Amino acid sequence: MKIIKLLKIIAAIIFIAGLIVVPHYLKFHFQDLLIFLTVNVLVVASYRIVTLTGEWSLIHAVMMGVGAYTAALLFKNFNLGMWFTLPLAGGMAGLIAALLSFPLFRMTQFYFLIGSFAAGEAIRLTWMQFIVPFGGSGGISGIEPPMIGSIDFMDPIPYYYLALSVVAICFFILHRIENSKIGLTLNAIHWKAPLAESVGVDTWRYRTLAFTIGSFFVGIAGALKVHYLGTVTPNQYGVGFMVFILIWVIIGGYNTIYGPVIGVILLTMFDESIRGFGELRPAIYGGVLILSMLFLPLGLESIPARFFAWCGIGGSSSDGPPP
Amino acid sequence: MPILDVKKVTKQFGGLTALDDISFQVKEGEIHGLIGPNGAGKSTIFKNIAGFYTPTKGEIIYQGKNIAGEQPHVIAKMGIVRTFQETTLFQEMTVYENALLGCLGKSHINLFSAILGLDKQQQKAAREKVLEVLDFMGLSDRRNQLASELPLGSQRALAVSIALASEPELMLMDEPFAGMNIEETRHMMDLTRKVLESGITIILVEHDMKAVMGLCHFLTVLNFGHLLAEGTPEEIRHNEKVIEAYLGGVK
Repeated sequence: MKIIKLLKIIAAIIFIAGLIVVPHYLKFHFQDLLIFLTVNVLVVASYRIVTLTGEWSLIHAVMMGVGAYTAALLFKNFNLGMWFTLPLAGGMAGLIAALLSFPLFRMTQFYFLIGSFAAGEAIRLTWMQFIVPFGGSGGISGIEPPMIGSIDFMDPIPYYYLALSVVAICFFILHRIENSKIGLTLNAIHWKAPLAESVGVDTWRYRTLAFTIGSFFVGIAGALKVHYLGTVTPNQYGVGFMVFILIWVIIGGYNTIYGPVIGVILLTMFDESIRGFGELRPAIYGGVLILSMLFLPLGLESIPARFFAWCGIGGSSSDGPPP
Repeated sequence: MPILDVKKVTKQFGGLTALDDISFQVKEGEIHGLIGPNGAGKSTIFKNIAGFYTPTKGEIIYQGKNIAGEQPHVIAKMGIVRTFQETTLFQEMTVYENALLGCLGKSHINLFSAILGLDKQQQKAAREKVLEVLDFMGLSDRRNQLASELPLGSQRALAVSIALASEPELMLMDEPFAGMNIEETRHMMDLTRKVLESGITIILVEHDMKAVMGLCHFLTVLNFGHLLAEGTPEEIRHNEKVIEAYLGGVK
């Protein structure tokens, strides 16, 4: 077990150092991508807390859009800077999620899936229909990143560090929540909801809490994205993006918080690396997804455990933490 | 004064009357048995008491309050906790984690203390409570094993541990002896008595007549959703109607 622990620490140090130096070795196009990738890490990490209760929603992408639109409107109409729009965007997404919980969590499983999709489309198409204030299908543009003194966050490298810091803080908070009593309760609801209820757990309230927290953080991700990209349109947060969130989470693995993060990072890198294949690129991407699901049903996160098991080191699953 | 007063409870599913005008009282500090042939309505009355069903008519009085139709988690917080017929455990978690989940219902959600780690005191109290319960139920040695790896007897003991960790006043046990061999049954009977001695009133639904007759202070017999008889095990054993309807086939 000691070897694994040491390897983990070394990997963490290399990973953090890599995060800090990586933008300096990338071309401009890739620096842009790196920022969007950083934001997407927060998208999948926040989605995880929603899925912890076992309910997979299809509204997460739209909730990110709620954050983006909130930030855009606040910036355009009230000239609020990013320091204010970030928390307010999260707050708005969280508030809408909390209100939607009343109808949505009367449903479970497929009904919840469809219900959350319908609610999301209702919000997204509202943006499309109302030119004032949402700008219709063209959306809103001209949203600017902040400036501190002489540092212009319009440049990708400073904005990357800013986004990385925000995402790191949010990730840390999500990680804490998952490992707290709240995370344990959400897991309990996932496995055996009636048993959890029978010892006094208010499942509806916990589902609402998870949905609200997840939406709050994806709202922040939306604001982070819109302040760099400068525009927001309804189509950015449609079903297409939602499907990508699901692919990242499922291919990465959903047993730990690291799975979805590994998924989004590796799949984004892979997608870029096959750019040279031109028209064959989507076919290759799809083929790799199918192979990955066939041979790694527990996700990319299960590779290290498989590797250690293959080497003959590492523990069995029953090595729980000593109480 | 009884701890639980079931008053004229009727439960209908569409046209089917699963419970018809059932009344009985449970005295504090006793094991109250609910028996009857299959389909008599034993589990249905359980689910009505624990809040998983809402009675069509009637009242269920607990702590001076009508709890009929309340949500399961509200009833659980008031002190009525049920165990399940099938071995409903969190299979993928360890014995310790399973029992810890029993403590979750009582604690309040506090997001900020969870993030900042300010709930250490509360966590410590929960940890101690769980270790105490596992010790009480004889599961200390197995606390790091996965629930799915336990033998049947220990799984049932763990189900009771989860319920105990939530600090109930009244425990509803749904067929805790089903499928057990003689040795396991005897052990489970001892554990049930221990739970009673710790000050918890028990309602027991059970088919195993030996266990029922050996444990219960008072019995309510149901048949096809009707109340057939009530009395001490000795009275029930000699009740003509019961013998005819239920024990008739047993020599």
